Amino acid sequence: MKRFGNFMDSFGAILLAVIWISPLLFAFWAATHSTSDAVNLRLFSPWTMDNFIVAWNGAPWLKYFINTFSLVTVILIGQFILVTLAGFAFAQLQFPGKDFVFILVLMQLFILPEVLIVENYAMVSRLGLFDTILGVGMPYMASAFGIFLMRQAFKGVPIELHEAARIEGCGLLGILWRVYVPLAKPTYLAYALVSVSTHWNNFLWPLIVTNSPETRPLTVGLSIFGAPENGVDISVISAATLMSVAPLLIAFLIFQRQFVQAFLRAGIK
Amino acid sequence: MSAHANLERRRQAIYGWLLLTPALVLLSVFAFYPTMSTLWSSLFSRGTRRNPVEYIGTGNYTELFADPTFWIVVKNNLLYAGVTIPVSMAIALAMALWANGKISARGFVRTAYFTPTVLPMIAAANLWLFFYTPGLGVLDQIGSVFGLPSINWLGQPETALWAIIIVTIWKEAGFFMIFYLAALQTIPEDLKEAADIEGTSRWTYTRRIVLPLLMPTTIFIAINALINSVKLIDHLFILTKGGPSDASKLLLYYIWEMAFAFFDAPQAAAMTILVIGVLAIVAAAKFLYLDKRTHYQ
Repeated sequence: MKRFGNFMDSFGAILLAVIWISPLLFAFWAATHSTSDAVNLRLFSPWTMDNFIVAWNGAPWLKYFINTFSLVTVILIGQFILVTLAGFAFAQLQFPGKDFVFILVLMQLFILPEVLIVENYAMVSRLGLFDTILGVGMPYMASAFGIFLMRQAFKGVPIELHEAARIEGCGLLGILWRVYVPLAKPTYLAYALVSVSTHWNNFLWPLIVTNSPETRPLTVGLSIFGAPENGVDISVISAATLMSVAPLLIAFLIFQRQFVQAFLRAGIK
Repeated sequence: MSAHANLERRRQAIYGWLLLTPALVLLSVFAFYPTMSTLWSSLFSRGTRRNPVEYIGTGNYTELFADPTFWIVVKNNLLYAGVTIPVSMAIALAMALWANGKISARGFVRTAYFTPTVLPMIAAANLWLFFYTPGLGVLDQIGSVFGLPSINWLGQPETALWAIIIVTIWKEAGFFMIFYLAALQTIPEDLKEAADIEGTSRWTYTRRIVLPLLMPTTIFIAINALINSVKLIDHLFILTKGGPSDASKLLLYYIWEMAFAFFDAPQAAAMTILVIGVLAIVAAAKFLYLDKRTHYQ
C-alpha cells in the first residue's frame, strides 16, 4: 500500500512537471521544424535550423542583446552603490529621523514603479533621459527592497569586527568597504541574481521609455517582432522567443542551486 | 567625556544623512514626487486647445466611476486576483510537498516547476500563443482528435480572461513553490515520526501539522500574489491587448492605454491613485502582520 502511494506521488509529480514544461518543449519543437509541419503537429517531420536564421535576420537582435546586457549592468551597478550606502546607514548608524526615513523607504515596496509609469515617463523626459538606457534603469536604482536586504545583512555583522577595524584606525567608509561588504558577499550574489533576472525580463517600463532599436531591450524587441501586424509565423516566433530567453535559461540550468537559494534569500524577509 | 560622545553623535548624524542622500534623491524623484504629482494632476482637467487645464476637484474620479469600461476592468481584475492567487498557491503547495518528498526524478521535477519563473512574461505569452491560436494551436489540434470544434480561446469574451489567467498561474506557481519548499524544510523530522507512531493518516498530518506551520509563509506568498495581480500584465500585450471588447483588460493595462494610447493623463492619474490606495491598504496590513509575527519570535 505504501509503495503504491509512493508510486502515485512520483507519477503525479512527474505528470505535473511534464505539463509545466510542455509549453517550452512545444516551442522548442516548433522552432526546429518547418512551419507547416509545426502547425499540423507532424511529429516525425525532419529537423531544421531555418527558423532561427529567419528570426535572427528579422530584427537587430545583437543590438537588443547588447541593450539588455547594458541595462541590467547599469541597474546592478547603480543598485549596489546606493543600496550599500543606505543599507549601512540604516543598519549601523544612529541619527535623528532614521526611523521615519526607513518607513518612507519601506513604502516604496508597495508603490510599484510600474504603477507610476505616467509621471515617471514625464520625469524621465524632463531629465532628458527619454530613449536612453540610463532612463530605463534610473527608477529602479534606489531599490527599497535592496536597501532592506542589505540592512539585514549588515546587522548580522559582529560589532567586534567593526570596533577592531576602528581601533586599527580605519575610517567609517573604510570599515564599510573592508569589513561589511566582504562579509555580505552571499547577499550581494543573491540580490544580483534576482535583480538581473527581474530586469532581463522587464517589459512595460522599457516599452514606454524606449523609442528606437538603439536602446530597446530584448523583451520589447521580441514583442515588436512577434506583433501580428508583422505576419511572422509561429515557428519563427518560437525560434525568436527561445533565442531571447536562452542566455538566462542556460545560466539558470547551470547555476540552478544558486538561483533557487538567491530567490529564497531575497524572498524571506 | 560627554563632549566626546556629543561629537561622535554629530559625526554619525552627518555620515548617516550623507550615505542616505543618493538613495533618497532617487526615491524622491521616481517614487515620492511622482506619487504626489499623480495625486495633484488627478484633480485637474485634461487640457485641450479650446479648454485650458483647470481645477475640477474630484471631477476625474466621478467621470471614471461613470465609465462602464472602468467597472468592467475592475471586475476583470478582481476575477484575475480571485482565481490566480488561490489556484497558484494551491499548486505551489502541491509542488512543494512533492518536491520535498521522496519521489523519483526529483531534480527534474524541481527544475520543471521552477523554469517558468526565469522566463520573461513576454516570452511566456509567445509560448502560450502556440497553444491558443485557433485552428493551428496545440489545444485545437488535441481537441480535433476528439472531434471537438475549434475554439478561439483568445478571441471570444467568455474565454479570453481565462486564457490570461492560466498563463499567470503557470508563471507564478513555481516561484511560490520555492517559499513553501524552504518552509517545509524547517519542519522537524520528529513531528512526522510522532505522527507515524500515532498512526495518523497522511492527510491528517498535512492538514493538522504541516498547514498550520506553513501559515506565515502562506500569508507572505498571498501578499506577493496580490501585488502580482496588479503588476503582471505584460502578456496582455501579446495575447489579447485587453480584448475582445475589454473582456480581458486589467487595471494596469487600462492605465497604460489611457495615458499612452488615449492620451488622457488625468484619467490615468485618477486610476493610478486608486490602485496606490489599494496597495497602501495591503502595505498597512502587511506591516501590522509583521509586527505581530516579531512579537512571538
